Amino acid sequence: MKKMLFPVAVALLAAAWWTGCGETVKVAGQLGAAVGVATGSMTTNQAASLIRSTEAVAKTFEDITPEQEYYIGRAVAATILNKYKPYSNEEAHRYLNLLGQSLALASTKPETFGGYHFLILDSNEINAFAAPGGLILVTRGMLRCCRSEDALASVLAHEIGHVQNQHGLKAIKQGRLTSALTILAVESAKSFGSEDLAELTSAFEGSITDITGTLMNSGYARGQERDADKGAVKILEQVGYGPQALVDMLEQMEQKLKPGGLDFAKTHPDPEDRIRDIRGWIGSAPERAEPAARQARFEKAMQGI
Amino acid sequence: MRIRSMAWIAGLLALGQAAWAATEMSVQIKSGQIRSTPSYLGQVLATVEYGARVEVLQQRGDWMEVQAAGAPKGWMHSSALTKKKVVLASGSEDVRTGTSGEELALAGKGFNKEVEAEFKQQNPSVDFKWVDWMEKTRFTIDDLTAFLKAGGVKSAEGGAQ
Repeated sequence: MKKMLFPVAVALLAAAWWTGCGETVKVAGQLGAAVGVATGSMTTNQAASLIRSTEAVAKTFEDITPEQEYYIGRAVAATILNKYKPYSNEEAHRYLNLLGQSLALASTKPETFGGYHFLILDSNEINAFAAPGGLILVTRGMLRCCRSEDALASVLAHEIGHVQNQHGLKAIKQGRLTSALTILAVESAKSFGSEDLAELTSAFEGSITDITGTLMNSGYARGQERDADKGAVKILEQVGYGPQALVDMLEQMEQKLKPGGLDFAKTHPDPEDRIRDIRGWIGSAPERAEPAARQARFEKAMQGI
Repeated sequence: MRIRSMAWIAGLLALGQAAWAATEMSVQIKSGQIRSTPSYLGQVLATVEYGARVEVLQQRGDWMEVQAAGAPKGWMHSSALTKKKVVLASGSEDVRTGTSGEELALAGKGFNKEVEAEFKQQNPSVDFKWVDWMEKTRFTIDDLTAFLKAGGVKSAEGGAQ
């Protein structure tokens, strides 16, 4: 048995070597396991468990496949939709998705597993949520902060910025990832048993709680909001919308936000701070006059908002 | 014993280098599209399913020229592709032969349909109806291009890239 495991440990070591950087922890663990078995100071079971645990430590959100990100995003969106009702207005939804999906093509991650989809929430709160994988929810209150298609584009582009940077997945606590990805690493060669499914579901539930908690209560880190704004400016410029509209939208929002409110006021940096950053990136870009046809279709779609 | 192990390492390293040299990638989204040009404006020549292997012929910015089995040569956005080999069935040859986990993505494993079903059972108040509904809203590139054009939206590079 000892003889059998040694080549396996060496194989794992070599495998870890050729996968490149970021593997130090894992390699160290496997090295320890291989040496331990070779010197007889460790049973094969102990070695296997060491390999298992160090491998798990090396896991990060980057090991979540787009397919898994998709299922996480669905459950996050469904959980948010448990607290908010969707706004029933087919024309507004069609317009929102045409605009949002056009913008998503210019993101750094235009192709997610299930694609980008947008929904309006029937709420006066000023809020927007981006679930992993590209399910984006925007409240009517937020839409009322937009005076033009360009401004609405800037709201959606900011949310796409969160999706492309995988900020949702980064909100998952490391312990949950370790637990879920360890089951995957160890059980990959066979089908899951019911115990594994229960453990996975519990890690899944925890991940959804971590993400929705961040989206609805604690908010992203200031740096992540800045990255989403930076991403939004790039997307807007590439598609052909004026990034100045992001500033315009934030100014509108600033007037409408109630200090201490339970919405964007709670989860986002002060619009004034964001405006200062954005102005620094775009300079004093002149406000573009939007074509009449663009403004007309915006007003038509937003009629009931 | 030591000599045998060294041979093991040498063999595996050689294998590793061969794996690096190959420029194969896998489709990591539900359904990928191969286009005639490195742009979303390119005509769709073929669709490739999740897990399909493609050979990368060249890269231009975020786009890769690929050759998939049974499909004409064309371009895919790099976000649709992964260097990992997507394994569609558990217990498949790749998994059994012990290819490194970092090189494999197991389709349908981890957080999947089964876990979602279990989650739904444990959280009956969470309704996925509207999530399913919103996922159905899907426009073609032609729809999006027409939308931008009608609104007079023009990028400096001349349209959706």
